[in-house]
Amino acid sequence: MSEPLTGVVLAHAGLAGALIAAVEEIAGAGHGLVAVSNLGCDRAAIVAHLEAAIAGRPAVVFADMPGGSCAFGAAAFAREHPDVGVVTGVNLAMLVDFVFHRSLGPAEAATRAVATGRAAVTPVGCMGAGAAR
Amino acid sequence: MSVELFRIDDRLIHGQVVVGWGQPLGVGFIVLVDDEVRASDWEQELYRMGVPPSVAVVFASVAEATAQLPAWQADGRKGIVLTGDIDGMAALCAGVDGAIRAVNLGGIHFREGRREKLRYVYLTDEEAAKLRALAGAGVEITAQDVPTGRRVPLAELLA
Repeated sequence: MSEPLTGVVLAHAGLAGALIAAVEEIAGAGHGLVAVSNLGCDRAAIVAHLEAAIAGRPAVVFADMPGGSCAFGAAAFAREHPDVGVVTGVNLAMLVDFVFHRSLGPAEAATRAVATGRAAVTPVGCMGAGAAR
Repeated sequence: MSVELFRIDDRLIHGQVVVGWGQPLGVGFIVLVDDEVRASDWEQELYRMGVPPSVAVVFASVAEATAQLPAWQADGRKGIVLTGDIDGMAALCAGVDGAIRAVNLGGIHFREGRREKLRYVYLTDEEAAKLRALAGAGVEITAQDVPTGRRVPLAELLA
């Protein structure tokens, strides 16, 4: 069996650590997720942090904003590392699902994360708010 | 003048530029002046992804930017001109001979040999001297990461 995927959550300020703490609250330890913040980093420093966090293993990087420095750093890193997938718009639902699908390949896991993350963004309750009162 | 902001930011086009400054200024174009990105199709594609379709993105070398700046300043839309480092902005300022009156330091992050001036500005002594020289040539230099942040004058930054 191949090595389980590492997940790197790469985000602004303290968001990555907070998301991983929330995953641990839901799914328990052994989640395979590592937090990286872009705080104080230019793109070269972000790439260096990813190198250290991933250490040559197959991985998926979950970046926060598409079009942000985290996404750009992750894309630059993945260009040189074919065993690394990148997803932007990270949310808790996709991370919790990822934890239970770390045996997938990086591309397949990234595709799955996009589908799971998108499905989790949905209006709740507002459509029938008047009727519920 | 339709270039609203000349900014040095080593993250180049990113959220602070597109959303933080771009939205309140109502920009219609962003110029990234960077010789390396100008020569790289895939990096240009990457940075375009970060900008909404309503905002035009121009990638220029320093030489191209020097030639095009009068046209950008006459553009009816508001714009931001970005460089990734002090050398790039200094070369642009020198090339346009007084046309740039103010420069914003938006992000010069930690590297070996730099010392912290602000949370988002780290400088070597040589870089500080280059900024002093720019200021001496009549360019107002302030540090401000986002519009709601405090504008920090160069003299205070280097004190």
